Amino acid sequence: MALPAYYTTKDKLWHYAFRVICFAIFFFLLAPILIMIPLSFNAQPYFTFTREMLTLNPDGYSLRWYQDFLASDSWMRSIRNSFGIGIAATLVSTFLGTLAALGLSRSEMPAKGLIMGILISPMIVPLIISAAGMFFFFSSINIAQTYLGVVLAHAALGTPFVVITVTATLVGFDHSLTRAAANLGASPTRTFFKITMPLILPGVISGALFAFITSFDEIVVVLFVAGVEQRTIPREMWSGIREDISPTILAVATILVMVSIALLTVVELLRRRGERMRGLSPQ
Amino acid sequence: MSQADAIKPSPARREKLVTADGTPLRRALERANRRRKLTALALVAPLLAFILIFFAFPIAQMMWRSVDNPQIVNALPRTLQALDGWNRQGIPDEPVFAALHADMLEDLERPRREQAIGPLGIRLNYELSAARSAISRTARAVEDFEEPYSEAFIDAHRLWGQPELWRIIQREGRPLTASYYVAALDREYDEAGNIVQRDENRRIYVSLFGRTLALSLAITFMTFALGFPIAYFLANLPMRYANLLMIAVLLPFWTSLLVRTSAWIVLLQQQGVINELLVNIGLISDENRISMIYNQTGTIIAMTHILLPFMVLPLYSVMRTIPVSYTRAAKSLGATPWTAFRRVYFPQTLPGIGAGGVLVFIISIGYYITPALVGGQSGRMISNEIARHIQQSLNWGLAAALGTMLLVGVLVLYWLYNRLVGADSLKLG
Repeated sequence: MALPAYYTTKDKLWHYAFRVICFAIFFFLLAPILIMIPLSFNAQPYFTFTREMLTLNPDGYSLRWYQDFLASDSWMRSIRNSFGIGIAATLVSTFLGTLAALGLSRSEMPAKGLIMGILISPMIVPLIISAAGMFFFFSSINIAQTYLGVVLAHAALGTPFVVITVTATLVGFDHSLTRAAANLGASPTRTFFKITMPLILPGVISGALFAFITSFDEIVVVLFVAGVEQRTIPREMWSGIREDISPTILAVATILVMVSIALLTVVELLRRRGERMRGLSPQ
Repeated sequence: MSQADAIKPSPARREKLVTADGTPLRRALERANRRRKLTALALVAPLLAFILIFFAFPIAQMMWRSVDNPQIVNALPRTLQALDGWNRQGIPDEPVFAALHADMLEDLERPRREQAIGPLGIRLNYELSAARSAISRTARAVEDFEEPYSEAFIDAHRLWGQPELWRIIQREGRPLTASYYVAALDREYDEAGNIVQRDENRRIYVSLFGRTLALSLAITFMTFALGFPIAYFLANLPMRYANLLMIAVLLPFWTSLLVRTSAWIVLLQQQGVINELLVNIGLISDENRISMIYNQTGTIIAMTHILLPFMVLPLYSVMRTIPVSYTRAAKSLGATPWTAFRRVYFPQTLPGIGAGGVLVFIISIGYYITPALVGGQSGRMISNEIARHIQQSLNWGLAAALGTMLLVGVLVLYWLYNRLVGADSLKLG
């Protein structure tokens, strides 16, 4: 981008200074996350770059923290738990959330504002309060420290994201399409699966992804509701940071950053597909 | 509904309009509309029921705990009756002690799980430390007590001879209590039963609420100061570059909270990357490493990083919609770039600043994990105190009172946010 010809020296100086400031802020955003990646290959149990690492000596690097991670029963259990709980909670919240969004986007829905407010409240109430409430309630009905309890809690926390994304997709939804299908003789079920579902699918999938990441990254409710058996990855990291802080955490963190890059890519691709399908060209 | 109005027949023709099977059209339409309404409700009902049972009800139940006060009423019904006419001076008369004796004897005959003595001791201990041991020591000896009971009780534990314990029993011998809120506001009851402020060294919560507000404001300001320039920068780039650079904002947004918090521990701690770097290039000496973590600085830095995307995203979406021509027009009318920015561009970004600011503030005011991990003592927030009362001190009523105050604060802020921008504009990712 060439600068306009009428720019004075002061304008130019400000233009470049502004860019430097912006890139410093981008650096602030990315550096902490990226710096953990090389550090996770440290051969020493330190959180800093050793002299060997800085001189790129191969001896300074090792995979020992990854081996530690893979050899640890508790970390492996936490992976199984995180994915198991995450997938189960996502299924519950996607199913319930999509149904509710379909109902909420109908014009004849009564008390829409109030119901919407209740449905998205899990997103607004501070997690510590949700966690405390669930801790007392789940203990009283004997599902605290069970998988069922954690899955139900995470499903409740994930539904607002599904409701919001699917409702947003339905805003641009052309209802004459379903009427046309009905007019051509399709049953409501057939109309739903052949016409509605393919069109709202990007919204449903990105809602499901949000629900999954909510569960996958959730720690406060896990701290209160889960027992030792239900420890998830964030819960293991929590005790890792609090008790014995070892670079194994950095290896886990690196793997998680890779997972988030993959998820980010999926969501971005979905967004573009959704825009294409609704006739908005992605720029 | 507008459809229904349009088809509504004029009175003169009402008789004539019927459907194929002879039902009046009006009734057929009403029935169809009702069915559609029921379908819509049926679609929403499962989730609504789920949220009400597993989310709203538990929170309501927790809030109820902040006023619920059954322990003394359950354990000492006769004592409370006998205390009814007590003048709150000195210690009560012998009949009260006899009633207390009868209450305790009866309670000890019940199966262990139904005994009200244990909860009574815990409840009284919130008001007066040592009350719990007084109750349990008395309970062990009460079967051998002989008249006069007042002497027997005071022999068993000196606390029975103190008017304060009796005042508490009388004051809190009701099914509902305000005492958790009184404690949560750093107040207590004096001898006459008036609510007064606690001694200075025992005031905790009001200043903690104040600190939580101050830290949240600082974090909101920091996210604004850092978020505004990059949102402006991104909004004025061609879409292709903006989408690419947006990754820098979205990657932290999608990265695990625990990962980002541990990243800051790695960077900021005494033996961390930044301190090592500063020592190695000779800016600070080895003994004078800067403590940037396990204090307020740590909380502010890490939370600014974690919440920055929540400021940038709404700002960016507002700035994208501001036409460039306005600023150009201002400049062509003689405004300097600064004036054009300040008087024309900036006011148009206010909805975005409001939305992002309230969002960041709401999230940070109830934040728990990051302050707990990097906040140390001085960077603790109100959530940490709630968690401590639930998990360690087990004063659940006080935790519920603090939690209810926090929740009401957040809901008021959210209501403001809703008035400001509308919940529909909540954008994800």
